Amino acid sequence: MAATDLAVSCHDVRKHFGEGETRIEALRGVDFSARFGELTFLVGPSGCGKTTLISVIAGLLDRTAGELAVLGTRMDDLSGTARVLFRRQNVGFVFQQYNLLPALTAAENVAVPLLTAGMPRKEAVDRAKSLLSRLGLESRTDALPRALSGGQQQRVALARALVHEPRLVVCDEPTAALDHANGEAVMGLLAKSAVHPDRGVIVVTHDTRVFHYAHTIARMDDGRILEVTRPNGSSRTPGPGKTSSSPEEVFA
Amino acid sequence: MNFVALRMLTGDRAKYFGLVFAIAFCTFLLENQTSIFANILRRTASQILDVTDAEVWVMDPQTEYWEQTKALKDTDLTRVRGVPGVQWAVRLFKGNPVAKTLKGKFAVSFLVGLDDATLAGAPRKMLMGSWERLREPDSVVIDKAGYILLFPNEPLEVGRTLEMNDHRVTIVGISDAAAPFASLPVMHARYSEAVNFLGRERTELSFIIARPAPGVSPEELTARIGARTALRARTTQEFMWDCVRYYLKNTGIPVNFGITIAVALVVGAVVAGQTFYLFTVENLKQFGALKAMGVTNPRLVGMILLQAASVAALGFTIGTGMAATFFEITLHKLATRGIVLMWQCVALTGACILFVVIVASVLSIRRVLVLEPAEVFRG
Repeated sequence: MAATDLAVSCHDVRKHFGEGETRIEALRGVDFSARFGELTFLVGPSGCGKTTLISVIAGLLDRTAGELAVLGTRMDDLSGTARVLFRRQNVGFVFQQYNLLPALTAAENVAVPLLTAGMPRKEAVDRAKSLLSRLGLESRTDALPRALSGGQQQRVALARALVHEPRLVVCDEPTAALDHANGEAVMGLLAKSAVHPDRGVIVVTHDTRVFHYAHTIARMDDGRILEVTRPNGSSRTPGPGKTSSSPEEVFA
Repeated sequence: MNFVALRMLTGDRAKYFGLVFAIAFCTFLLENQTSIFANILRRTASQILDVTDAEVWVMDPQTEYWEQTKALKDTDLTRVRGVPGVQWAVRLFKGNPVAKTLKGKFAVSFLVGLDDATLAGAPRKMLMGSWERLREPDSVVIDKAGYILLFPNEPLEVGRTLEMNDHRVTIVGISDAAAPFASLPVMHARYSEAVNFLGRERTELSFIIARPAPGVSPEELTARIGARTALRARTTQEFMWDCVRYYLKNTGIPVNFGITIAVALVVGAVVAGQTFYLFTVENLKQFGALKAMGVTNPRLVGMILLQAASVAALGFTIGTGMAATFFEITLHKLATRGIVLMWQCVALTGACILFVVIVASVLSIRRVLVLEPAEVFRG
């Protein structure tokens, strides 16, 4: 697999918090990759380092050691501000608790990434409404988050993650706060609307009910990737992790 | 992103109004107390400021303020008139006779004796009658508040009589003289009569008021008079500040008001500052989400400053409106007449509010800047 197929590539990524007796090794040499056009699931028990890993990948946390390339860009090459701008332009987020701004309507929430990029308000909100309509929320565009159900809020959050057409979408437990039906609906929507040949999607979850949406599942425990599987039997190039397209190729 | 910042601010109405009214009440308290304090001190010099036709006051070298006078010699007037740069100089008498009505109501009064020939030194505001009628024998002009004090529940009218030092005097005019520090009637009479209304002493010349000749500044003239006569000469403004300083130094007014103002400032600042700080802290999750989505730190700082500026401007405006309404109502009451909202107090309060909001903003900004955007993944 060519390095350009990879949306994310990590090699021996390490991250610790604290020092001395309080030092915690969150990531203990992670080799991980996520490909464009796929849903890559990152699964494992609570506290195994999943959230830390996606935080590092998304540029929200600095790693302690190791190499990381996101969308072909070595994160070490970016200064602090450049990294923020890179994230703004290229990364979309879906959070477990939605994190919608309670004072903004659904459409305005969706428009935030566009406003952040400097798009005029009206244009941004119009575009947000259009996307919400495509996601089945055309009647709720002017509703405040508190007037929406959990499933609707997560769909709004999904729209917000996609509205600026990022090349990487990072989802943290997107179905954890939803019942089965809503979880299925959100994942179905994610699979349908987020997966794109030019986009990588990483989903952190331990909701086994939605594993069948994954192209690749990376199992994690104790700060390491233990196993990478491809449950849908795709005949495409082998999945992430220790595959034929090794991280060494990416950083060569 | 400005609209996002403002919507975050106004989204929770209870918090928003709490914040606005905390600043509004802080503003009201500060403007109210500082204005009352300044106006009360200004009252110590009301009779000085009422004299608009002279700019220089000459007095005994030991005189510190309006109430404290030691009579000058009649020859001092001639000496002052002889100083180059004096356009004119006239006598002014100040005394505190007891005025009695025919019904037996009485009050200690401020009696100002004006130069017989020119009537220089009279306040310009006359509500009824005329200054010219002071030329009639045994006549006085009384201020409205003094009239109401001596003739309660009776209509304003000239021609009523008072008794002062066994003299029967006629009220020939009612003035709108500025309220004195002590709420006593303010009366004006001709110098030659005023000295009789109090009781003759060997010397009665309380002050000499003078006007500089064209081209000579009041400051220049006071220096010349001081040098040539060894008397104390002050401009109107200097003399006013002498009175204010005397009361600041020798009375409990500044301490009492100072404590009230300090409490208002501390309570207002703490409440307003803490409310704004808590507002930001409670929105940290939202700021974290924005940070994660690529909003830069300078942009977040701008959003917080916009929120702070908006809430401060609105709170300050409402508070100033409340203070203005308060003074508009009390301005027409007898006891509080002339006490107004001073622009200096508004400016001072504005500076205090600005300071409080800046401190609260800096603390809030610090919390947001050190916030790890990865926090948003922690539920």
